[in-house]
Parts: sequence; structure tokens; C-alpha cells
Amino acid sequence: MNIPILSSLIFLPTIGAIFIFFSRSKNEKYNSSKYVALFITIANFFLSIYLWLIFDQSTSDFQFVETREWIPGFINYKVGVDGISILFIILTTFITPICVVSVNKTIKSRLKDFLISILLLETLMIGVFCSLDLVIFYLFFEGGLIPMFLIIGIWGGERRVYSAFKFFLFTLLGSVLMLVAIISIYWLTGTTDVEKLYEIGIDAKYQNLLWLAFFSSFAVKTPMWPVHTWLPDAHVEAPTAGSVILAAILLKMAGYGFIRFSIGLFPLGSEYFVPLVFILSLIAIIYTSLVALMQEDMKKLIAYSSVAHMGFVTLGIFTLTQQGLEGSIFQMVSHGLVSAALFLCVGVVYERMHTRLIKDYGGLVSIMPKYAIVFMIFALGSLSLPGTSGFIGEFLILMGAFKKNFLVATVASVGVILGAAYILWLYKRVIFGKIKNQEVTKMLDLNKYEILILWSLAVPIIFFGFYPEPLINTMEVSINNLIDMYNSNLSNNIVMSK
Amino acid sequence: MNIDLNLILPEIFLSLSIMSLLMIGVFKKNSSNLIFNLSILTLFILAALILNLSSVNKILIFNNSYVIDDVANFMKILTAISAIFVLSISTDFLKSLKIYQIEYPILILCSILGMMVMISSNDLIVFYIGLELQSLALYVLAAFNRDNVLSSESGLKYFVLSALSSGLLLYGCSLIYGFTGSTNFNEIANNTNQVPYGLTFGIVFILVGLAFKISAVPFHMWAPDVYQGSPTSVTLFFALVPKIAATCVFIRFLYVPFVNMIEQWQMIIIFISIASMIFGAVAAIGQKNLKRLIAYSSIGHMGYSLAGIATGSSEGAQSTIIYITIYVIMNLALFCCLFMLKRNNEYFENIEDLSGLSKNHPILSLSLLIILFSLAGIPPLAGFFAKFYIFMAVIEQSMFFLAIIGLLSTVVAAFYYLRIIKIIYFDPSKEKYDSNHSLGLRISLIVSTIFLVFYFTYPNSLLGIISKINII
Repeated sequence: MNIPILSSLIFLPTIGAIFIFFSRSKNEKYNSSKYVALFITIANFFLSIYLWLIFDQSTSDFQFVETREWIPGFINYKVGVDGISILFIILTTFITPICVVSVNKTIKSRLKDFLISILLLETLMIGVFCSLDLVIFYLFFEGGLIPMFLIIGIWGGERRVYSAFKFFLFTLLGSVLMLVAIISIYWLTGTTDVEKLYEIGIDAKYQNLLWLAFFSSFAVKTPMWPVHTWLPDAHVEAPTAGSVILAAILLKMAGYGFIRFSIGLFPLGSEYFVPLVFILSLIAIIYTSLVALMQEDMKKLIAYSSVAHMGFVTLGIFTLTQQGLEGSIFQMVSHGLVSAALFLCVGVVYERMHTRLIKDYGGLVSIMPKYAIVFMIFALGSLSLPGTSGFIGEFLILMGAFKKNFLVATVASVGVILGAAYILWLYKRVIFGKIKNQEVTKMLDLNKYEILILWSLAVPIIFFGFYPEPLINTMEVSINNLIDMYNSNLSNNIVMSK
Repeated sequence: MNIDLNLILPEIFLSLSIMSLLMIGVFKKNSSNLIFNLSILTLFILAALILNLSSVNKILIFNNSYVIDDVANFMKILTAISAIFVLSISTDFLKSLKIYQIEYPILILCSILGMMVMISSNDLIVFYIGLELQSLALYVLAAFNRDNVLSSESGLKYFVLSALSSGLLLYGCSLIYGFTGSTNFNEIANNTNQVPYGLTFGIVFILVGLAFKISAVPFHMWAPDVYQGSPTSVTLFFALVPKIAATCVFIRFLYVPFVNMIEQWQMIIIFISIASMIFGAVAAIGQKNLKRLIAYSSIGHMGYSLAGIATGSSEGAQSTIIYITIYVIMNLALFCCLFMLKRNNEYFENIEDLSGLSKNHPILSLSLLIILFSLAGIPPLAGFFAKFYIFMAVIEQSMFFLAIIGLLSTVVAAFYYLRIIKIIYFDPSKEKYDSNHSLGLRISLIVSTIFLVFYFTYPNSLLGIISKINII
């Protein structure tokens, strides 16, 4: 089969964006371009599902690899997927059409430009998860800054300029060091091809420094404490669709980067810095959960909860156990769905009331019963109740953590309790209680679009909560291989140093 | 002495054209249009003639004082082509300022002749002649709008400071001659096996003079004032064309006569490079005038291009050539946008004037967006690759300090580019600008913007040509 399926996945949204760019509709509502975008993103989703169906789960090799000469003798355009990246690709293609549908009311002006940005962003995000060359990865990883900067800056809230700048400069600052590391790797090994680098390995004495350089980029993007401060600002000011993409996918690029590059390329560096990651993750889990408790703004609360959940993810990744890694990936997918849904839920009431403050709401259950039900599902997903996908992820992560370090796991478990506290308290204050604000009584319940969007997120959350097999099976072999590679690297090095 | 005059046919052709154009211009009334068109034609023919020489390998003529090689040919073609763009996009501007005169293109041609001599020089004296020829033309150009106080001031300022730097350069040249006994670059290289202090002083003086010409920190003070004061079309010329020649001369000086003295000059270049990168990034933040901002941003960009030379490797020099090429294209595009900010024959050059541009002029704002992100070095635009090649070369020599400082200052620089984008896209809109621009302006903008966007699809287009260039 010679169809370049990955390249089609990557560049189909770009083609859509170009099409929308050149289609001049005089119509102020720009309806047609919305349908084009929807069509393209849904087509891309089905394409990725097809990819999943023909994906061979029994091997850990990269599949559907495409290699083209890009800069001769130096960098190849190389893409491919394994059991880890394919899940993120499906997550991306699943979330993007939801964003496109959700722009229905939220984006008042310049819808066409917004759709172009979203489509370009989809190209870049899929590119990040597919690329098997460090330079290509960097291009996609950094390129995402431009559309996201515009999404926050043009369509955002009041402090959008500040947030957009903060988002852009923080992330750029983190990733320039990664660029230095990538170039250094090229001069050390003569290649930037990830597969080859897995085979060759990187000289032990440089691994710690290179690990730190990559870490600086991924830690900002994850975001880990103490460089997480851009995230609440960006989330609060971004339009709903922007928040959804940011929480559901952009944050996952860093988690993916940790697994693919930090662990894969620098096993010794990873081993050396495990305590650092543990400490930062624990601080993120406990501290940001406490901060989330104190928030008055709903979006900010969910943003801080994202930081806490990503703390679990980094913790799970660096337990470097089968369970921890599987849990982390599961948690990332699950958090992608849950946080996207929570931001959409906030968007729903924000459209009606134009306020995000918790104290302006209360007693929604009698006014908007349908809304109360879906919000409940997502809140429970967020606190990882058994039966939701969040539970599987956090449970596996904690299992991995107990294997590695009892104390760390115990502290992290406290975070689970705090996580339940802030989300349930939010739910209580918004949905239950007496109606204090008379405006609330005028609110309408979910319309059919919103029902469609929210339930399409709720179904997989419950489905994977009861039946995690499809995800676990897909990633299992690749993770096994990663762990084997990691352990053999470590033992080799111990032998060599003796 | 049998010299094949074919080898300097481009220079001969250019000199003859300048003289005949001057004659035509003087004797024929109202011939500005004709002279402009003929000058552009001359430059086209010039580029073709140089291209014709590109099969020649390295040849030294006139007692080894003049060199024709790949670097020289590439840089000359780049000079000629960017001058074509400069002339063709600035006609509207000159007309509206009522300085659409025959002297303008002729002065530009004169300075290009000077640059060609500079680029090809292999001897201190030849180099100095070329330098002075181009500088004299530039002094006049800076003060070309003579009824405007700012323009006269910038011309005078440029003249005084440039004369000072030329003086230093000449002093450096004489020191070099005194300690090596020759003005020929190759012989200087042979006589520098041991380095007396005087020779080091000579190098320092020459580097100071050259750093002045490309406005690198700490010899940058003239640039913001001259950029702001000169007519915009002259600023455009200043920002692009002399930088090409000066960079080439930098490469030639450091890689030919001083090649054995890398220990003496490397630290100096690294310092100048780092200082320019940081200063350019920090000082541009507070600017309100676009031309001033461009001046500071070009100071920063010169810092990056020097970083490539500072490696002392031929990859470094190649990366500098790539950088300067992409820099020229980016700035050309930026100035095209500047020329489009026109309303009722009045040009606007404050950053505030861009406020909300995206509402009324979506295409122009999109181009500006691409250009500014490219200047900031965000992938996948061409500006990123320019920096990427530079840092490839820098890290190859394990100069991590330089690389990290350079990349961190791109983050600072990104801030002021973002600020302009913010003003264009996030701020409330103002009155509409005119949209009847000349065809040359539109084509230049579209071509250069498309290059910036699509460079990543085929990076070998530029890299393939430049990697074949033999530096030494």
C-alpha cells in the first residue's frame, strides 16, 4: 500500500485551510467555510480511525513510515507512528471537529480566520505526534505557537494581549534550549533521525545536559510547577475552542515529548533526574490542587486542575514502569477528553451569562437539568471515579508509583482527594444550592449542538472507563519495548562503568 | 601582464553605464523616468554578466589585487538583485516626496560599483577605494531630501561618523602594512606567522571600521538616527545593500589575510556579535518609530550574522551568507509594507499607525504577520532557517555560550515583533490607507512573502547554491 496515509493526515487540514483562505464569501456569517472546516476535520478523524484499524498492534516498530529527502545529506522528512503516538493522533483528530462545531456562537468576528488557525494548528499537532526526526519535530512543535498566539490574542477575553504574550514568550524561552540540544545531538551523532538515535544511543556524559535542555521545553509546555503560570492566564483569556485545544492537545505534546525523547533518547539522564521530576510533580499535584480550591473563576479552576492532572502524568512517566507509563498515556487521553469537556461546559454557561465567576451561578440543576447531568459525568471523570476513564489512568499511575517509591505514591494519593474536593465543590456551588442570581432563571438548557458535542465526549469517557482494553492493547507492545530499551541501556552503562 | 578583461566586464559595464546615464540625464529634460528604467535594466544586465562569470573558479587578477570567486559572484548578484528591488519599489515614494530625480538611481549605481570593488578586493588599497566610492554615494543619498532637516542631519551625521570610521580603518590598514610589509591579502596571510602587538592593533582598527559599516554594537550609534532621518527609500537601501558588501568584506578579511590570527580576532567578533544581539533586542523594545525599530532590529540581525563568521569555519561563513540573503529578503518585504502605509500622499512610519490594520487591509496585515514572525525566527518561516544554520555552525565549534545567548536574545527580540503584531491584529482599527499601489511594489511584496512562507518546503533551494561556495 503506497498511499502516504500519515502525510495525508498531517496536510489535509492545511489543504482545508488554504481552501477556506481563498474562498471569498461575501456572506457575513461565513457559513460555508464552517462546513468546509467541519468536513475536513471529520474526514481526518475517519482517516485516523482507519489508521488505527489497520495498525498492527503486535509490533513495537514504527509503522507507516515515510521518508523523504528534505535537506540532502542532513535532514529527512520522516514520519511514522507506533502504539504511543497513534493514540494522540486520534485524540487530536477527535477534538478538532468538536472545536469547529463549538465555534457556532462563541466566535463573533472573523470566523474564517479562526477556522484557518484551527486547521493549521491541527496540521502542526498531528505533525508533532508523527515526526520521527528531531528537527521536523521542532518545526511542528514551535510552529504551533503562531496560530495559538493569534487564537488567544484576537478572539480572547479582556486581558488577552497579556496572556497571549505570556504564552508565547514562556514557551519560546523553553524551547530555544531544546533547539541547542537538537543541534548538539546532530553534531554528536551525525543524525537527527529518532529511530537511528534509538539504536546508536547518546554518549553518557552528555545525557544529563541534553535531558535538561529538552526538559526546559517540555516542562514549560506540560506545564510543570513553577513554570505553569502562563497556563491559567492563557486558559482564562482564550476563547472556548482555544482552551479546549490547549488543554486537550497542546499540553499532551509535552507529555508525549517526555516519553518519546526524554526517556527514549536519554535513559541515563532520565534516571538521574527522576527525583527532580518527582518533587516537581508532587508540588504540582498538591500545590495547584490547593490553589484550584481557592479560585473564583471557573476556567481558572479547571486550568489549575489541568496542572495538577499533568503532574500525575509526569509522575507516571518517570516511574519508568509499565503501569506508570500506560497510566500516564491513558491519563493524557482521558484528561484530553475531560478537560475539553469541562471547558466546553464553562463555555456553555458563559455564553448565556457572560460571567465565569462561580458566585454568579448556583441552583442550575432546576433550570438546566440536561446540563447538570453531563457536567456531573465530567466532574466525576475529572476526580477519577471508578467507571470513568480518569480512574484507570490515575490508578495505573499510582500503581507504578507505589512500585517505585512508597512515599511519593502516598503524597500523590492525597492529591486525588484534593482533586475530588475542588471539582465537587465547584459542582456544588454552580449546580446545586439556591438560586441567588435572578439572571440564572432566564438561562436556557442545552441546545442540540451542545448536547451533541458534550455527549460525544461523555460517551468515550464512560466507555474507556469500563473497557480500557482498546487503548491499553494499542500501546502495550510499544511501551514494553521502550521499558526494555531503557533498562538495557541502564544495565549496559553500569557494566561499562564497572 | 595579460589580463583577461572579460573577468571584470561587469565592473566595466557598470562604470560605462553610470557615465552614459549621467550624460543622458543631464542633457535630456525630464528624464527621471527614463533614467530609472535604464538603471534597472543596467542592473539586470549586470546580474546577467556576473552570472555568466560563475563558471570561473577562483582567479586573481591585477597583481593578485582583485579576486573573482564564488563568494564574490554570489554576493554581487545578491547586491544587484536587491538593488533592482530597491529601485522598483521606491519610485512611488520618491515621486510623492518630489525627489524623483536622475541623481538618485545614478548614486545608487555608483555605490553599487563601490560595493562590487569591495567584494572583489584582495588588497587593502583596492578595498579602501571601493569602500570610499560606496560611502561617498551613501552620504549624498542620506541627505537626498535636502529640504528636510532630519534628512540633512542624518546625512551630516553619517558623513562625520563614517569618515571617522574610515580614518580608523585606514590607520589599521597602514599598521598592517607596516608590520607585514604588504597590502596584498595573501601575502599578509603568509607574513602573520608571528603576531606582534602592532598587528593586533591593526586588526582591531580594521574590525572597528567594518563593524561601523554594518552598524554592529558598540559602533551602532549612527544607525537609528540615519535610518529615521533619511527618506524611507534610502533607509531601505541602507538596511539591505551595504550590509551585503560589508558582510562579504568581513568574511574575506577574516578568512584570507587574518586567517592565521583567529585567536586574536575570534574573541572580538564573539563580543561584537553577542553585544549586537542583546542590544538590538533590548533597545528595540521601547521604539515608537518603525524605521528606528528596523534600525535596532538590523543591529540584532547583524549580531547573528557575525556569530556565523565568529566560528572561523567555512560552514560558519556559509551560514552567514545564507543569513544575510534571508535577512535581505525579509527586510525587503518589510519595507514594501512600509511603503504601503500611505494616505493622501503622506507616508506613515509610526508603529501606532499600524493599529488595527487587519480589519481594513487583511492581505497586507497577513504579509506583515508572516514577515514579523519570520524576523523573530519562528518556524517554519524562512527566518528560522537563517538562525538555524547559524546555530548549526556555532554549535559545531562547541561555542555553546554564544549559541545560548543568541537564542535567548531571540526570545527577547520576539517580544517587540509580537508587539507590532499585537498592534496590527488586536488593537482597534483606524482610518483606511490608500490601496492603489504600484505593480512593482505589490509583486515585490508577494514574491518575498511567498518565499518566506514556502522556503521550508524546499530549503535546498538556497542551501544547495551556497553550500557549493568555496569560502577560502
